[in-house]
Amino acid sequence: MRVVRHGVSSLIVMLWLVLIGTSAAQAQDIESALSGFTADSFADTDSAVGAVARSGSPLAIPVIEALQEGRLLFSTQQKRVYVRDRTGAVLDAATGKPAAAVPTDLSPVRLNNRVRRAIDAALGGLTLLSPDPGRRLDAARAVFKSKDPNAIEALVAAIKKETNPNIRQALIEAHAAVVLFKPDASEAEKIEAVAVMRQRGDQDALGLLSSLPEGTPDGVKRTAQDAIAAIQTNLAMWSGVQNVWYGLSLGSVLLLAAIGLAITFGVMGVINMAHGEMVMLGAYTTFVVQELIRAHNPALFDYSLPIAIPLAFIVAGAVGILIERGVIRFLYGRPLETLLATWGISLILQQTVRTVFGPTNKDVGNPSWMSGAFEVGYITITYNRLWIIVFTMTIFLLLLAMLRFTHLGLEMRAVTQNRAMAASMGIRTSRVDALTFGLGSGIAGLAGVALSQIDNVSPNLGQGYIIDSFMVVVFGGVGNLWGTLVGAFTLGIANKFLEPYAGAVLAKIAILVLIILFIQKRPRGLFALKGRAIEA
Amino acid sequence: MTPFPLTRALDRGAVVFIALLAAIAIIVPALNLLTPPSSPFHVSTYYVALFGKYICYALLALSIDLIWGYCGILSLGHGAFFALGGYAMGMYLMRQIGGRGVYANPILPDFMVFLNWSELPLYWYGFQSFPYAMLMVLLVPGALAFVFGWFAFRSRVTGVYLSIITQALTFALMLAFFRNNFGFGGNNGLTDFKDILGFNVQAQGTRAALFATSALALILGFVICRVIVTSKLGKVLIAIRDAETRTRFLGYRVESYKLFVFTLSACMAGVAGALYVPQVGIINPSEFSPANSIEAVIWVAVGGRGTLVGAALGAFVVNYAKTVFTSGMLAPYWLFLLGGMFVAVTLFLPRGIVGTANYFMERRRENHRAQASAAAESAAAEDGVAAPAPRPAE
Amino acid sequence: MEDKITTSILYLSGVNVSFDGFKALNNLSLAVEDNEMRAIIGPNGAGKTTMMDVITGKTRPSTGDVLFDGAADLTKLDETQIAELGIGRKFQKPTVFEMHTVEDNILLALKADRRVRGTLFWAETTEADTRINSILETVRLKAVRQRVAGSLSHGQKQWLEIGMLLAQEPKLLLVDEPGAGMTDAETRQTADLLKEINRDKTVIVVEHDMTFVRDLGVKVTCLHEGTVIAEGSIDQVSENERVIEVYLGR
Repeated sequence: MRVVRHGVSSLIVMLWLVLIGTSAAQAQDIESALSGFTADSFADTDSAVGAVARSGSPLAIPVIEALQEGRLLFSTQQKRVYVRDRTGAVLDAATGKPAAAVPTDLSPVRLNNRVRRAIDAALGGLTLLSPDPGRRLDAARAVFKSKDPNAIEALVAAIKKETNPNIRQALIEAHAAVVLFKPDASEAEKIEAVAVMRQRGDQDALGLLSSLPEGTPDGVKRTAQDAIAAIQTNLAMWSGVQNVWYGLSLGSVLLLAAIGLAITFGVMGVINMAHGEMVMLGAYTTFVVQELIRAHNPALFDYSLPIAIPLAFIVAGAVGILIERGVIRFLYGRPLETLLATWGISLILQQTVRTVFGPTNKDVGNPSWMSGAFEVGYITITYNRLWIIVFTMTIFLLLLAMLRFTHLGLEMRAVTQNRAMAASMGIRTSRVDALTFGLGSGIAGLAGVALSQIDNVSPNLGQGYIIDSFMVVVFGGVGNLWGTLVGAFTLGIANKFLEPYAGAVLAKIAILVLIILFIQKRPRGLFALKGRAIEA
Repeated sequence: MTPFPLTRALDRGAVVFIALLAAIAIIVPALNLLTPPSSPFHVSTYYVALFGKYICYALLALSIDLIWGYCGILSLGHGAFFALGGYAMGMYLMRQIGGRGVYANPILPDFMVFLNWSELPLYWYGFQSFPYAMLMVLLVPGALAFVFGWFAFRSRVTGVYLSIITQALTFALMLAFFRNNFGFGGNNGLTDFKDILGFNVQAQGTRAALFATSALALILGFVICRVIVTSKLGKVLIAIRDAETRTRFLGYRVESYKLFVFTLSACMAGVAGALYVPQVGIINPSEFSPANSIEAVIWVAVGGRGTLVGAALGAFVVNYAKTVFTSGMLAPYWLFLLGGMFVAVTLFLPRGIVGTANYFMERRRENHRAQASAAAESAAAEDGVAAPAPRPAE
Repeated sequence: MEDKITTSILYLSGVNVSFDGFKALNNLSLAVEDNEMRAIIGPNGAGKTTMMDVITGKTRPSTGDVLFDGAADLTKLDETQIAELGIGRKFQKPTVFEMHTVEDNILLALKADRRVRGTLFWAETTEADTRINSILETVRLKAVRQRVAGSLSHGQKQWLEIGMLLAQEPKLLLVDEPGAGMTDAETRQTADLLKEINRDKTVIVVEHDMTFVRDLGVKVTCLHEGTVIAEGSIDQVSENERVIEVYLGR
């Protein structure tokens, strides 16, 4: 992306140069500056870059860019420098016009890291005044990195002229960076620069302040120390915020995967080991929907998820009801056998999907509104994570409303609390069971739609989430959706806070151990139902 | 101990089973070592290793049956104890390689040299000694089961909760053992073994001996289980399985009983793993995978839980089927069959093969008895309790 | 043993239990004397079973004292320890070990070493056999000694459970609805059985069936909404206005 834009703009500059021509005085300056490139020595090349940049010639930018890209050629015999443009034509570097006669002994001017730095610095300084705001910003950032003292005048000029507040800020920060590394800058200037860095307050500012050059006055150092401390506190807070955000994101995925499990476990006392496969079916439904859209009406691609959501719910829900009617209802009162039977079903479903779709990962694309990111403070928020949290919370609230306000919800709550009593009150528990299982599976299917956006869609998709979902259910307790919510977000956030210290795997292990210890205190989870009926 | 528990434990069925195992323990290695490969009676070394593996699985199945069949504890993480026993043995075998590894380091196993470790980690000390390693085979799974069980049973975690937690346990261990810095060879595990007790692990004779040892271990495990389940302890276990609360109100400390069988069962699983590793030549973290543990449970279910013999038989049957299926064109269908087995056994054969056979034999005997008593007394003598009608599917 | 605070064998004072805001026991106080037989009556949800749960350690009260034999604080002990102290309980729904034979059910209940080691190295003795025989005789189940408990009739299971209680040799028996699901003849026999047991043991019977309670002819306590509303002979209690109100509706 950047390379292309860079190339196009330099081509435009080149054309413009060719059209308007150049003045004679500048031609003089640049000509002498250019001669440094013909010596084939890195030191000379280095100083030549500076000389060209200072020449003020409009040709300076294309020449230095050509040097950067290895398109700057020189002839030892003629002591002249040429630029090969993108079309392959050879131009005279001093005039920007096609060379009358191309010498035979052309070779590119060689680069080393020192020269490359000089190039970056020079381009930074040169493009500070570019009419393209993107280039100006890039240039300001380049100077911030290079801290080239030569750029200071250009910076001051640019700051005066700049109207875009973002670029202006970047220019001021670049100026501050240069000042801090400029040996002859006054203490007052430097202290002001430290304040600018403190304002900026990110990792770069921190790095810059902690690597101040030798000879920096003590007063400046002290202010810098204060600034470093302030920035670190600030950054620690932001990294906390970031962990919470990642934790919420992970928690919402866990919640999505676990909530169906919690419902079926709560109402029916059944652990569905094939729950993960319901998630997988949802993800594959999304895949199929996208394939059909790609094949028949690519314009609809952005609507693929809204189309997939009801379908995934129906597919997974239907499979769930099939499982309940076909297998599970014969096993009520034998929860351990149900565990085994549903595990068998999960194997069959996985293998079926493997047979139909193949064992490899399937590519499920992100619609345009799901891709990209924006920044809040110092953290990056990606749209797909954000949408998944929104999606999860919507489902959660819908489910709560359903349990509270619908007839089925009332029946489900009744069966959860006391199955025998509910049955004797005339509730058809077998119908409630089938619908509950369908609902739980359907929600798993919805989870699959969401997961298809952030994870690989493969037959093993479900297996990766099933144990975590179990942990959420065990931790949160059964029969109360809020327990699942708190459980999922607690585990998600705890995981993300442990990760920086322990690494992802150890964090996971630590969480598992903590849960095992936790159920010592509360064997029925955070939000357990109490009463005589539960114990029986 | 009086010989009394033994005679009580070894009824006719148990003796027949032991005799069968003993015969296998002698005949299979003998046919492998003493007959030429051309002979129709020859058992190839491949089959010796294969059946040796099955016997280890049978011991694992036995350990699961003891806790599930008799005490109602469904562990979905017993593979963890099996694997831990296997790792203890693997560590012994690694230390026996000595300077013959690729990097020829006399102390450090190859993978540690590869990871630039300069010293042997403390927990690897002592494993060059066979008795120490064997002690660890029992102690490590046993200690883990004890600690885990102490926490779980004390807080009355039962039923599916316990199953899920055991599954999480083995999952956590799998993640841990996958890590290189854990010091157990990471992904690749422990392999390239050379000798066991000075004998080449690849040699035909060693394999035959390992086979016989495994069969002996299975016999021993079977006898221990039989002694337990036929004692009053066994009756308490069944009481816990069927009515835990009632048992507690009778004054039995349920958690102690569970802890005892759970720990014992973990030790048995550890031994099974230890015998398994030299026969297959490798132990790696995938042995901890939750799927393995659940698969072991289905062996027990197929054979018939609460029968011990059935558990061992189930391990043979299911694994033989697996070998047949996964080695041929039918390989893609194995998971369908395995999955179908889980569903079919729980739905149609909840007593398993041996359990169902026992059930019908018991019924026939009961019918005989009923007919005899009906002839003796009048029909009114019965309390009006009809024997439950035979359920066709079972 | 510590000094006895009370002479009652069972002493409950100010016991409160609540489930998610619902007060199952509300400041319940009750004293049962040694060798007494006490009948507890009350409508559904009066807290009868919860009271049993508190006494046997299944449920912990939020406040209140439960003393056994004047010294042992039952709220600090778990089910096993309470059973070891000598409190036996029969459940509302008969719970016997269905897969065990009748004799094994009694054997498991017999007073003996309850530790793991004790049961592992246990050996049959003629003494135990005689005990089992005599208990089976008391509960009239001698003929079905070898039968699997699961195949017994409902009434037989009730008796088997009472037999198991006897085998425990407790000081105090808690019997929850022994007459439920029995024929009239069986109910009468059960009442006789309980009276026989009461000769040397304290018995608390929870019952719905007024005729049964009348048959027993003992002191009656009526619970309502987790608290005692009347106590006395069956005639006194059944004339109490609150009791009538509670039972017949207002």
